[in-house]
Amino acid sequence: MSDAAEEKVEVVVVGAGLAGLSAAYVLAQAGVDTVVVERGDYPGAKNVTGGRIYMHPLRHYLPELWDDAPLERHVTRETLTMLAEGSSTAITLDSDRFREEPYHSYTILRSTFDRWLGDKVAGAGAFILPKCRVDDVLVEDGKVVGIVMAGEDEIRADVVVAADGVLSLIAEKAGLRQAQQAKHYAVSAKEVIELPAKSIEQRFNLGPGEGAAQLYFGALTKGMLGGGFLYTNKESISLGLVVGIESLMEREPKLEVHEILEEFKARPEIRNLIADGETVEYSAHVIPEGGINAMPRLYADGIVVIGEAAGLGLNMLLTVRGMEFAVASGVMAAEAIKTARERGDYSATSLAGYEELLRDSFVVKDLQTFRHVLGTMENPRLFNFYPQAVCDIFSELLWIDEKPKSKISSTVIREGLGKFLNWPTVRDALGMLRI
Amino acid sequence: MNVETKLGLDVFKIDSEPHILINQEICRSCEEKFCLYVCPAKLYSINRETGDMEIECSGCLECGTCRIACIHGALDWNYARGGFGIQYRFG
Repeated sequence: MSDAAEEKVEVVVVGAGLAGLSAAYVLAQAGVDTVVVERGDYPGAKNVTGGRIYMHPLRHYLPELWDDAPLERHVTRETLTMLAEGSSTAITLDSDRFREEPYHSYTILRSTFDRWLGDKVAGAGAFILPKCRVDDVLVEDGKVVGIVMAGEDEIRADVVVAADGVLSLIAEKAGLRQAQQAKHYAVSAKEVIELPAKSIEQRFNLGPGEGAAQLYFGALTKGMLGGGFLYTNKESISLGLVVGIESLMEREPKLEVHEILEEFKARPEIRNLIADGETVEYSAHVIPEGGINAMPRLYADGIVVIGEAAGLGLNMLLTVRGMEFAVASGVMAAEAIKTARERGDYSATSLAGYEELLRDSFVVKDLQTFRHVLGTMENPRLFNFYPQAVCDIFSELLWIDEKPKSKISSTVIREGLGKFLNWPTVRDALGMLRI
Repeated sequence: MNVETKLGLDVFKIDSEPHILINQEICRSCEEKFCLYVCPAKLYSINRETGDMEIECSGCLECGTCRIACIHGALDWNYARGGFGIQYRFG
């Protein structure tokens, strides 16, 4: 390799996603010589969300940054729908709290959002190198001292920040993680469906700029761990589903996510919402579901791991989290690197400050609190029996024909006791106490 | 809408060299062949004449599901080269 191809910077960040860009922003603002290497044509070219981002953690960690962010709609209505065969029951929360500024959460599209954040980071003084895939870490005397890009070009650095996403080949190459296990990951497939803003606001009963967030679970995934989601953007709908990879592997007969997505779109709960819409993009993404049990080592000599590369994603059953973990972990890694820089010591001992910050924050605390969610969701009854049982009871209560009706209380007691008073349900209920 | 039509909506910068390589020897000994079902872009297929597993890398969404599901390690898996592959416009 030629000398011309060799560079030395203080920090090289692998991946221009929310984690990497947040870290780079904080570092660049502190005057740290930082390069972000991104394999896509621009930050966001390879990045996918469901999605919705919770703003309060972002405002806490990077207070000044978000005022002109390209956000879509602020979510004012949350719906959880249980899908049965041929029926569904939904619970909706519409709250004035969601209409108070600063808003609680926004729907977003990552290609626009990350590109905007990339510009902020470049403005702060970091250098963003697009169209470059990082293939390996440079290791000398057991310490990470830089990266190797395709074409054998190297960048030497005091610290490498692995922000290369859920598969994190960089963390793997640096010996910080084992191969991923299917039981700890889910695959998501999403369509972006364009509709005029007016249609979206009418169909979802939204004011201008207001948005809806909807989660679906039940018959959709045919007993497999997973569910559907719908988020309204300014002039499109993000519609998709998530299915556990191990569930997909084990299920007989086999089902494929793109087929389930089509079945989802055809359900009456969805088809009228997206009618006359035009699908403009199809995307897929792997989601970390293993929580605290599937995290890699977060640091070693000359390297830290952040965002989804660090397994920082969390299914909390009623909410799904990830992007705010990415931003928070990026900021905390940057703070730890700044401290290490003051010491002039980038050893593992010095970078351990990152993990300490993370452990004291909502990130690791939430992962810890919700560590049993995945185990609880591995129960097929959650997806086939319960949604059907709930829908059957409501259906019985609301159906009128020529026959005399029972009292509401008798119907509820008869149907409810019949369905729910048995050992498997009691056992499931006890299991739910863990989450 | 079938998956081929959906992929037709995406922007791909197509590389002449595949970024995922399949070890046919390992693949042939695999009974489960999960890759055939887990790929959200349905890119894996068995060549009827040769019996080899094939992947159409040009439609790859670079999600990594196949890498996780290939429990026998038959894949030499990498992302598309810098500046190639899927370029999301919405994400």
